[in-house]
Amino acid sequence: MSTGSPAALAEKVWQRHVVRSGEGEPDLLYIDLHLVHEVTSPQAFDGLRLAGRQVRRPDLTVATMDHNVPTTALDQPLSDPVSARQMEVLAANCAEFGIRLFAMGDADQGIVHIIGPELGLTQPGMTVVCGDSHTSTHGAFGALAFGIGTSEVEHVLATQTLPQTRPKMMAVNVEGELPAGVTAKDMVLAVIGRIGTGGGIGHVIEYRGSAVRALSVEGRMTVCNMSIEAGARAGMVAPDDATFAYLEGRRHAARGAQWERALDDWRSLATDEGAHWDKEVTIDAASLVPHVTWGTNPGQVVRLDASVPSPDSFSSPAAREAAHRALSYMGLTAGTPMKQVKIDTVFIGSCTNSRIEDLRAAATVLEGKKVAPGLRALVVPGSGRVKAQAEKEGLDKVFVGAGFEWRNPGCSMCLAMNPDKLSPGERCASTSNRNFEGRQGRGGRTHLVSPAVAAATAVSGHLASPEDLS
Amino acid sequence: MKPIRVITGRAAPLDRSDVDTDQIIPASWLKRVERTGFGQGLFSEWRDDRDFVLNRPEYAGATVLVAGPNFGTGSSREHAVWALTDYGFQAVISPRFGDIFRNNSTKAGLVPVQVSPEVGRALLDAVTTDPSLEITVDIERLRIEAPAAGIEADFPLDAFTQHRLLEGLDDIGLTLRFDGEIDAYEAGRPAWLPSLTGAV
Repeated sequence: MSTGSPAALAEKVWQRHVVRSGEGEPDLLYIDLHLVHEVTSPQAFDGLRLAGRQVRRPDLTVATMDHNVPTTALDQPLSDPVSARQMEVLAANCAEFGIRLFAMGDADQGIVHIIGPELGLTQPGMTVVCGDSHTSTHGAFGALAFGIGTSEVEHVLATQTLPQTRPKMMAVNVEGELPAGVTAKDMVLAVIGRIGTGGGIGHVIEYRGSAVRALSVEGRMTVCNMSIEAGARAGMVAPDDATFAYLEGRRHAARGAQWERALDDWRSLATDEGAHWDKEVTIDAASLVPHVTWGTNPGQVVRLDASVPSPDSFSSPAAREAAHRALSYMGLTAGTPMKQVKIDTVFIGSCTNSRIEDLRAAATVLEGKKVAPGLRALVVPGSGRVKAQAEKEGLDKVFVGAGFEWRNPGCSMCLAMNPDKLSPGERCASTSNRNFEGRQGRGGRTHLVSPAVAAATAVSGHLASPEDLS
Repeated sequence: MKPIRVITGRAAPLDRSDVDTDQIIPASWLKRVERTGFGQGLFSEWRDDRDFVLNRPEYAGATVLVAGPNFGTGSSREHAVWALTDYGFQAVISPRFGDIFRNNSTKAGLVPVQVSPEVGRALLDAVTTDPSLEITVDIERLRIEAPAAGIEADFPLDAFTQHRLLEGLDDIGLTLRFDGEIDAYEAGRPAWLPSLTGAV
């Protein structure tokens, strides 16, 4: 990456954050924003205390409670004392080290990857880390954003830097126009289906092409969010006028002359013509359709109008074996049309799909309709702000009128650390990001879908697209 | 972290691909605020199956885990590494690791041994056939050997991580030597960047 040679967006952001590089060593990268939540931080703060260290930059650190929070009554004591303790520990750590915390009940509280962008904390060209793999979400702004473990959380708290080896560069080009009814979620599920759960390992993916440019900033967040499900270290989209318009006027965005300087800088970030890609994939947007997962990892995905695949259709023995195991766990038979799969629960939420546009998309489908008899449906807005905006628009009334439960913000049934869980054998259409065994509750069966498909499925009782309802 | 030079021990075969960190340690275990005691939660949902490899007496006491490709994908939870080490594993062998898991491993004293798919397959078969097979993972020579099965191979580890493991060095301590460079970098950061100054 010598000066002057064409560079990719990720390389440019990387280069401007190198504090130090040494032969045979990882680069020491400066971190512009560190997001903290209750699950992956307590041991890191303990480590600081043991070593007598301080948080170097509390002003570049922000904390929220999201993974454990109940989404029902916020004014009641937590029913789970272990979760309560974890949140108390986060509050105490933030108070001790001077970190701004958006605690349960705060108007700005929400899922860590929802509140960073909506408060204007996530900006182009930054490095953003969090002890959470879906930190890749923030790449939608042209930030280099990646998930880290608790030892690295402690490292960033103490030094505001991280030693990191240089990633490889991968381009995913989605060219053309998405057909009506095909969403950002379908795009990223199709990408993961194409490259597999390990296809992005060691790489930063840059999503490029006219179909990506045409996505809203929120849609780009959905795409970047699931980069980790393809194994990628991060996912990014080059910032453009849509990005700038999203950011302008947000609480932590610069103003006046500083805003103009920022814009000038951000416009220089886009990948140079002729930049080198270690891997490149091109997808025709016009060929995309709604997708749904059938198995137990996000790479086990098909078109919604397809059938459950036969394990014999996979070429490698490992993929065949994985498919057999997945079908057995999911209680599915090869050859069954996906649209005949009966669903018990619909979950609309998570850092993938709980922003206002997601709720609008689902509400549009639900307007004047009712959830299928016996089906449980819940919608969990990503943040207090998303919830307030949805209520201002009357979306809550649409959801409740259709038979959905309207909840408070949190990670909720995406990972079932709070009381929102599936029971063994219960089948869920979910707008979240992982269909791993047990992810939404022990023995629970997850089908990943877009908010529009989730809403249509809730009405139909079987996996369905909005078109199927008419 | 304690220095690690050579690991020699018996191995347990986990012949599955795409073992994500949710399987290694389910989310219900992540509510603990301590760093220890996660061994009980290791693969806890699979351990209900009496035939699961960790329930089989012939693999008791294994210190090396041999897994299929794409081990440790998914969630960033370092608890997955803590669960493996707390249970007694010192090294994991796989043809491909999730990046975050791999990073977390070397910070917490678990050696990620990446081998070719062929060597990975051969090791799984050898350990399945002979549970008493001894495997040596040599961090100094970056070499893995199972002489009784006639298997040997090199594995990659960057020089810095190798040095850290061999010496048992604390990453944060190493970085703090460059405090001056961090100060200098901070002095040049643009003024428009967001900050939570006075936000507490």
